[in-house]
Amino acid sequence: MSLLELRDVGARYGEIRALHGVTLTVDEGDFVAILGANGAGKTTTLRAISGTVKTSGEILFDGERIFRRTPEAVARRGIAHVPEGRGTFTTLSVLENLRLGAWTQRGESARDLAHVFEFFPRLYERRDQQAGTLSGGEQQMLALGRAMMAKPRLLLLDEPSLGLAPLVVREIFDTLKTMNERGTTIVVVEQNASLALAAARQAFVLETGRVVLSGAADDLRRNESVRRSYLGY
Amino acid sequence: MANFAQQVVSGLASGGIYGLLALAIVLIHRATGVINFAQGEMATLSAFVCWTLLDHGWAFWPAFGATLALSFVGGAALHTTVIRPIQNGPLIGIVILTIGLLIAINGLDTWIWGGASKQFKGPFSTSPIRVGGVAFSKQDIGVIVVAIACVLVLAFLFERTKLGLGLRAAAVNPAEARFVGVPVGAMLAVGWGLAAALGAVAGVMAAPSLFLDPNMMQTVLLYAFAAAVLGGMDSPLGAVIGGLVVGVALNLLGTYVHWIGGELRLATALALILVVLLAKPSGLFGRTLVRRA
Repeated sequence: MSLLELRDVGARYGEIRALHGVTLTVDEGDFVAILGANGAGKTTTLRAISGTVKTSGEILFDGERIFRRTPEAVARRGIAHVPEGRGTFTTLSVLENLRLGAWTQRGESARDLAHVFEFFPRLYERRDQQAGTLSGGEQQMLALGRAMMAKPRLLLLDEPSLGLAPLVVREIFDTLKTMNERGTTIVVVEQNASLALAAARQAFVLETGRVVLSGAADDLRRNESVRRSYLGY
Repeated sequence: MANFAQQVVSGLASGGIYGLLALAIVLIHRATGVINFAQGEMATLSAFVCWTLLDHGWAFWPAFGATLALSFVGGAALHTTVIRPIQNGPLIGIVILTIGLLIAINGLDTWIWGGASKQFKGPFSTSPIRVGGVAFSKQDIGVIVVAIACVLVLAFLFERTKLGLGLRAAAVNPAEARFVGVPVGAMLAVGWGLAAALGAVAGVMAAPSLFLDPNMMQTVLLYAFAAAVLGGMDSPLGAVIGGLVVGVALNLLGTYVHWIGGELRLATALALILVVLLAKPSGLFGRTLVRRA
C-alpha cells in the first residue's frame, strides 16, 4: 500500500525550475533515501511534499490529494518535516520546542514526552535551556524529538547528518531505524550516500530535477554508476 | 512626604496606562516587526465604543467586557483584511499603512462622535482614600489594579497555555511554526486582537481622567513609545515596567523640577527615547539573542 505518491511533480523558484517531473512512490512503513548531487532537487522534493513550494503535478498522501496544501494542513495530516539546519525555536526552551511538536495532537502528551527523553536523555538534562544554546547535535536531536511528538505517519528529514560528529550521526540514524521499526514511514534526503543507503530499504537518485534511478537500497549500493558518483569507490 | 507618595501613586496610575499601551505595541512588534502607530487611535475608538454603550444605559463592567470583546474582534479583523495582504511587502509599507490608519480612525471618531470632549464616568470614584496621612484617589488605585490584572492574565496566557505557546512560536520563527502545524496567520490575527483589547483597557482607563475626545490617546501613545523603548521593544515585561517608570518619573519631574512643569512633560518623554536609543538601544529588558556560533 503506497502512503505517498508523487506524479510528475514540477516546482520552480521564480524563473528557475527545480523539479522537472518527479515521479515516485513510498510504501507505508518504508524507509526511503533520496540521493543526488547539490542542486539535484532533493530539498525541493521534500518542500513540494510539505507544501512550502508551489508545484505542478499531483501529490497523493494515503491515496488522497491533500486539500489546500499549506505546511500547516500537511502537518495536520500526519507529515512531519525536519528541514535542513534543524530549525528549532531558538529563544524557546527545549521543553517548549517539544510541546510545539505535539501542536496537532489533542490531549496530554506526557507519555510522548517521556518517550522522547528515553531516546535522548541529553534533552531531558537540558529541558529548561533555550534551544539556541544547544550544540548542533543536540539541536538535531531536538528537531527529531519534536517530530516524534507529532506522532507522524510520514517523517521527512533533510540532511540530518550535516555538520555533525560521526557518533552523533550514528545516534540519530539508530533512532530513525527504531522509529521506522515502530511504524513511522521515513523519507530522508542525504548527501552522505553510504550512510543513507545503509539505513534505508528503498532509494531514489535525483539528477537535475528528475528521478534517474530507483530501487532497493542494497541494489543501488552495488550499482556501478551510483558507486562511482555518490559512494566514491 | 505625603505629597511625594501621592505623586508616586498617581504616576503609577498613568504609568499603568502607558504600560498597557506599550505592551500592545510590543506584542505586535515582537510578532511581526511592525510598529503600529495606530495603536493609540484604536484605543480611543474602543473608549468611544464603551462610552456609547454606557450612554445607552449599560452598567460599566458589562460595557467594558463587551468593548474588550469587540476590540479583540476588530483588531483581528484589521490584521486579516488590511495588514495580512501586505505582510510580505516591505516593512515601511506596513508602517505607512498604520499611520494611515491613525488618521482614518481619528477622522472616523470625529465623524461619528464629534470633536468635543465628552465626560466619561469611570468605574472608580475620584474620592480619596486616606492611608496614614496620605490621600490616594480611588481612581488611581483602581487603574493600577486593572493594569496589574491585565499583565497577569496575559502572562498566564503566554506562558501557561497552548495558544500562548503557538503565539510565541509564530513570533519567533513563523516558517518553522508552520511545519509543526501552527496556523501562523491565525496566530498573528489573535496577536493583533490581543493588542487591540489591551489598548481598549488603556483607553477606557484613561478616559475618565483625560476626558474623551478623538485626540485623547495621541500624547499617551508617545509616552507609551517612550515606555516601550525604555523597556526594550521586544520585552513585554520591559514595556510594563517602562510604563510605570515613565509615569512616575514624569510626575515627579513635573512636580519638583519647576522649569519642566506641565509644558515640558512630552518633551521630557521624547528626550528619554533619544537617550535610551543612544545609550542602550535594546532597552533595559530587551533580549540580546544568545546563540552559539
